[in-house]
Amino acid sequence: MNIVVLVKQVPDSGAERTLSASDNTVERGSANNVINEMDEYAIEEALKIKEAHGGEVTVLTMGPERAAESIRKALSMGPDKAVHVQDDALHGSCAVATSKVLAAALGTLNADLIICGAESTDGRVQVMPHMLAERLGIAALTGARKLTVDGSQLTAERQTDEGYEVVTAATPAVVSVWDTINEPRYPSFKGIMAAKKKPVQSLSLADLGVPADEVGHAGATSAVVEFAKRPPRSAGTKVTDEGNGGAQLVEFLATEKFV
Amino acid sequence: MTEVLVVVEASQAAGVKKVTLEMLTIARDLGEVSAVVFGDAGELTAKLAEYGAQKIYHASGDDIDGYLVAPKATAVAELVKRVQPAAVLLASTQEGKEIAGRLAVKLDNGLLTDAVEVAADGTATQVVFAGSAIVKSKVTRGLPIVTVRPNSVTPAPAPATPAVEQLTVAVTDADKLTKVVERVAEQKGSRPELTEASIVVSGGRGVGNADNFKLVEEMADLLGGAVGASRAAVDSGYYPHQFQVGQTGKTVSPQLYVALGISGAIQHRAGMQTSKTIVAVNKDPEAPIFELADFGVVGDLFKVVPQADEEIRKRK
Ligand SMILES: Cc1cc2nc3c(=O)[nH]c(=O)nc-3n(C[C@H](O)[C@H](O)[C@H](O)COP(=O)(O)OP(=O)(O)OC[C@H]3O[C@@H](n4cnc5c(N)ncnc54)[C@H](O)[C@@H]3O)c2cc1C
Ligand SMILES: Cc1cc2nc3c(=O)[nH]c(=O)nc-3n(C[C@H](O)[C@H](O)[C@H](O)COP(=O)(O)OP(=O)(O)OC[C@H]3O[C@@H](n4cnc5c(N)ncnc54)[C@H](O)[C@@H]3O)c2cc1C
Repeated sequence: MNIVVLVKQVPDSGAERTLSASDNTVERGSANNVINEMDEYAIEEALKIKEAHGGEVTVLTMGPERAAESIRKALSMGPDKAVHVQDDALHGSCAVATSKVLAAALGTLNADLIICGAESTDGRVQVMPHMLAERLGIAALTGARKLTVDGSQLTAERQTDEGYEVVTAATPAVVSVWDTINEPRYPSFKGIMAAKKKPVQSLSLADLGVPADEVGHAGATSAVVEFAKRPPRSAGTKVTDEGNGGAQLVEFLATEKFV
Repeated sequence: MTEVLVVVEASQAAGVKKVTLEMLTIARDLGEVSAVVFGDAGELTAKLAEYGAQKIYHASGDDIDGYLVAPKATAVAELVKRVQPAAVLLASTQEGKEIAGRLAVKLDNGLLTDAVEVAADGTATQVVFAGSAIVKSKVTRGLPIVTVRPNSVTPAPAPATPAVEQLTVAVTDADKLTKVVERVAEQKGSRPELTEASIVVSGGRGVGNADNFKLVEEMADLLGGAVGASRAAVDSGYYPHQFQVGQTGKTVSPQLYVALGISGAIQHRAGMQTSKTIVAVNKDPEAPIFELADFGVVGDLFKVVPQADEEIRKRK
């Protein structure tokens, strides 16, 4: 099975993140950039399917030059090769434009299965898999907590607020995964060494035939018009339990009219 | 006045979800409110009317129910082309966002997700980066397609007498690629839904094991709230994943958030930072959760929580 995994580089969600003052895009220059956590689960799932059914795993990333670090990290987990879409014109792309570029890149890769994270930790837009399926005219199975592959038939268990749904489709398809689906492996030393030699193809917008004015700030379908830091919450009262902490807590809840 | 489409979220168990009433309330500032209902409309109509729907578009049938999301997006896209609405509002839930994503591509239109406020001109306010920043954004191509986060506004009734129109949707083969073969409702009792609850009581690793989570549930039930959990609690198998609050779980914004045995890591805060009032019980006085708690008790939750429960019972 020919599998493509979508990997996005994002600023570390454990550190402070901000938008750049000049154009209201994510400040990535000063941030500690990492693989979007959910995408590690996507890579793991792809590797498991390859191990069980054979095939090839390709990592696809759209992002600036430094996203190459995340591509190497992804490759060190075990995928065979990578495609890096980079072009200065991409800076400031909205989700709609991002999906256009990723769909164009996927068009060159002939994938049976495209696996991605259910959402990124920076934008959290949670739309990419359905946008790609819509553009490519293929199936989308989203929010999978379990995926079964039987020949060309895919079955996913998808978490919902009420419980779960079982959905099925035939390949080619896009599948997005949550962190409940597996436990991503750590890259081995051998994997890290091997990753240095794996092929990474770089593609520009011209290579993909996507006009530069349809992406980035120029082609954005939405714009951030204002950005402000929220004032940090200030700490209120803190008491130490000396036998009546529970009562004090309820006293507070009562003054706030919760009980 | 121009129509505004509100894509209704409802559940089998609870009927019209609160977020739908919030969207209807917001929509009244944007134009004449039209609700779009998929599935069984009968029970929902009265509620939608109470909150100001002037019109209800209704589509149902196996072609819509039997497949994942795509047919609904096709139906909304057709409707948008026909009635040229001022805006489309959807819920910021998995399904709402997925419909919005497909709709945006179909119409080559911008979309904004996770809005907590929508101004009359369609400008959306989003709280981003773990609740640390506020952004105002605008759709610059097409009409505003905006998903609204639950618990953003207080729903206000404005009774109307809606006209109901049955939609016939031309569902394409491409919309039928992903079949829904089973829908399983997992038991959850009578607690309110996590993202919509006005009170949430969450437990973390400090709760110690799955059995002890009864303590969290008991307090939630006494307060009429929902139960949440930190990722550490979920990963340790104390509580199911759909109740996880945080960066990779649900975002909640209740009137009251109670954190029991939760340290307050930045990724947990990401999902609860915008709660109106925050209360914490933690035995570590240095736990970061106290930095944002309006009221914190430094102590053992196994002592503090039972005493608090007792006290709440007394006051009832
Ligand atoms: C705070 C914030 C808010 C934003 N709000 C909006 C908004 O309301 N509307 C809008 O149009 N845009 C928005 N954006 C921009 C949007 O996040 C980017 O366009 C982004 O590249 C696509 O959205 P996502 O990462 O959130 O996608 P999601 O749908 O959340 O991502 C799902 C998966 O898609 C894959 N993926 C996503 N991007 C890439 C990539 N570049 N390369 C490879 N794989 C990828 C990954 O596997 C990821 O796990 C926002 C960005 C930020 C930082
Ligand atoms: C990319 C990424 C995404 C993440 N997403 C999420 C997310 O969505 N949600 C989330 O919650 N986390 C998330 N995390 C994990 C997060 O970083 C923390 O690890 C997690 O929130 C810790 O959970 P906790 O507070 O329950 O556990 P701990 O940090 O272990 O804290 C337990 C607390 O309980 C207290 N305690 C122990 N015993 C008692 C007692 N008897 N009485 C009172 N207090 C007691 C301790 O003092 C301690 O403060 C994410 C991490 C990453 C890297």
